[in-house]
Amino acid sequence: MDMQSFRKTYFEECHERLQEIETLLLSLESGDYQDEHLHAIFRAVHSIKGGAGAFGCDHIVSFAHIFETVLDSVRDHRLALDPELMEVLVTSSDVLAAIVGAAEQDQILAETFDAKAKADLSQYMDGAEHAPLPAAHASSSDAKKGTSRTYTIVFKPHSRLYEKANEPLLLLRELGGLGEMILSVNVDALPDLSAMDAVGGYLSWTITLTTTHHKDAITEVFEFVLDDCDLTITETDRTVAGEMKPTPPSDASPAIETGEAKVSSIRVDLDKIDRLVNMVGELVITHAMLSQQAEKLARDGYPHLARGIEELSTHTRELQDHVMAIRAQPVRMAFARIPRLVRDVSKDVSKQIKLIMTGEETEVDKTVIENLADPLTHLIRNAIDHGIEDAETRKAAGKNPEGTISVSAGHRSGRILIEIRDDGAGLNTKKIAEKAKERGLIENPDLMSPDELHQLIFNPGFSTAEQISNISGRGVGMDVVKRNIQSIGGKVYVKSEAGVGARFVLSLPLTLAVMDGMIVRVGSQKLILPISNILESLRPRRQDISTITEGGEVLDLRDHYIPLLRLNRLFNIPARYDEPWQGLVLIVESEQTTFALFVDELVGKQQVVIKSLEENYDPVEGISSATILGDGSVALILDPASLYDLHTKQGDSLAFAA
Amino acid sequence: MNSLAKTLNENAVEEDQQFVTFYVDGKHYGLNIKDVREIKAWTHVTPLPNTPTSMRGVLNLRGAIVPIYDLRAVFGQGLTHPSTEHVNLIVCIQGRIVGFLVDAVSDILSFSQDQIQAPPRNRGKELERMNSVMGLGESNGMMTMLLDIQTLIGNQLPVNDDDFLAKPEKKH
Repeated sequence: MDMQSFRKTYFEECHERLQEIETLLLSLESGDYQDEHLHAIFRAVHSIKGGAGAFGCDHIVSFAHIFETVLDSVRDHRLALDPELMEVLVTSSDVLAAIVGAAEQDQILAETFDAKAKADLSQYMDGAEHAPLPAAHASSSDAKKGTSRTYTIVFKPHSRLYEKANEPLLLLRELGGLGEMILSVNVDALPDLSAMDAVGGYLSWTITLTTTHHKDAITEVFEFVLDDCDLTITETDRTVAGEMKPTPPSDASPAIETGEAKVSSIRVDLDKIDRLVNMVGELVITHAMLSQQAEKLARDGYPHLARGIEELSTHTRELQDHVMAIRAQPVRMAFARIPRLVRDVSKDVSKQIKLIMTGEETEVDKTVIENLADPLTHLIRNAIDHGIEDAETRKAAGKNPEGTISVSAGHRSGRILIEIRDDGAGLNTKKIAEKAKERGLIENPDLMSPDELHQLIFNPGFSTAEQISNISGRGVGMDVVKRNIQSIGGKVYVKSEAGVGARFVLSLPLTLAVMDGMIVRVGSQKLILPISNILESLRPRRQDISTITEGGEVLDLRDHYIPLLRLNRLFNIPARYDEPWQGLVLIVESEQTTFALFVDELVGKQQVVIKSLEENYDPVEGISSATILGDGSVALILDPASLYDLHTKQGDSLAFAA
Repeated sequence: MNSLAKTLNENAVEEDQQFVTFYVDGKHYGLNIKDVREIKAWTHVTPLPNTPTSMRGVLNLRGAIVPIYDLRAVFGQGLTHPSTEHVNLIVCIQGRIVGFLVDAVSDILSFSQDQIQAPPRNRGKELERMNSVMGLGESNGMMTMLLDIQTLIGNQLPVNDDDFLAKPEKKH
């Protein structure tokens, strides 16, 4: 391990800690006040500070220090946690996150970046130091403000303490701040230079400390290293010796700590897991090939072979499930930001919102989770801004003035469904119809069901918000949501009932490594189209196809004219049939549009393992990736959106040439 | 470990270089053996749409999707009509695995530095960058054209979008 990888680990941990801080702060704010939450927050900030020192991130250290000091006052009840302070703490955690983020990227932030947050914090710091609140203090302060005592402290760090990037010097300095300190170092354990491990813990200190503070205050200095050192604190007048147990003093959280200890997990590089996923993909293909071959053999001739292949099939599938489970993560990772989002946005628009989240434990592929954050943010902002009415309107409608947004996740038939539901006014069907007509998206709204009309909000540039607000209504949003979700093979739709609320449902694949594909044939080539993009397939009549002057061909699909793409022409493949009414047409839904795709025939549905084409070659237009079929040959997987782009370009170039 | 490998390579440069030699259209070519990963009989490939003619398609090499270039077409001599006698040379260039379709593999030859001559640069300046023959090897009275693998592939980059749109305009 070199410094760089330590650094990486440190920042990874920082992000986890920051997330933890935010979660805990929010639960404090929501009224779930527990001392242990404060202790956990304090510890998290302290750890960030400690590591930052080791990597020379001074900016983090200086800010975390002030933050930590204020938190310390709060957990000692020297400061009352009022909403104002709460706000300062939440903002400070943001600022800390920003500073950490900048340090990770080696960016230098302006000195003034954290000035305001620092000022806000120091205000509390001064208050804490200059005028300790006597009321909150009464019980514990007696002990602290009592006559000065003298302690003898023997502090012997283990090597492990150094490995965790703790610095005894800092601890000793902090200890010195408690009172008068006489320090002696014991070097007896030092081995010969030749036998010395440079990072080993050989030194120990004997400290005589005269202080007005209680013993707890001393233990607190060592709170983070208790597990990694021998610490004896002896009060000289009343000798209570003995090894300090690692249990933190006062009422620090045993619950949270045991919770952390129980999770036995290791950090594994994502690359390694991806390699494993790939290997399993190979195995799936090899198995498909084997069983295809075995079917040709007389079954009674080789009973063991047949049984072996069946067993292999079971094991392969099981292995595949387990490996996919490694990449799977609870959707909680994507949900974690939601409480904060709801808090901030509802404050901005002065609405009262209650948030209910369920199914956070539902597991889904990591890549899916990563792509979920933006769509979720959009949908929730929209729900708060447009969905939920203001308190007066709600009261007038006989509803609870507090709006409710519920976010839930769950598995359904091999996919994950995420639902964002609000109890607001629902979509304004009339306004959508007007807008759609105005934009030329539809001709006659009366012919469409409200449900069909509602789906129009996913069209690019469609927004019914009359006023452009800070939060949403810029006309981007819903189409971005749809595109993001589609990019990970998902679908989104909306159900809405006027006055009762709207419900957005995201349906996502569990993994991106395997996909359900439809194999189509053009000439001698087999190509694969993602099933999630196919709406239907049909054989058109000759009169359904018309050529538009300088505009390609269209198919009359139940009185809707949709562009017709001929795969054989797009890809220059000699096809078996020349005309769509001889072969087959698939109605394909892509990000921008729905189009008809002419192919020779459908071969069948199959689960395919997705293989990158770009690993060894450059992107090819119309193709997203490739897969390997049971016979070992490569089949290309079509990308409907880029297929349509290719069609547009070829149309353009034909027009140019003419 | 790395430095050891490097030293070994440097020694090899000072001494002999080994080349896998093969025939394309009756001519004798060589590729540095360090670049060649394996030699594989011709199998069916899946064509990639709208790529240069020299791009024959992709095949499945133990799960990796590997593009195959027709070397005859790369040299502008038309397409090979591949049979099972034909061979794919699988090479590794800058981390990418690609294959070259050639007529037949002939031998592995060693050339010392003084057996390799610089190719004549009598072409026009514009064609200079296209020249993928980096040296001429002499062995037993036979000439082997030693190919520079980078240039070979560099010349074969697929048409990008700009070119695609630019072409019709040129016709104007």
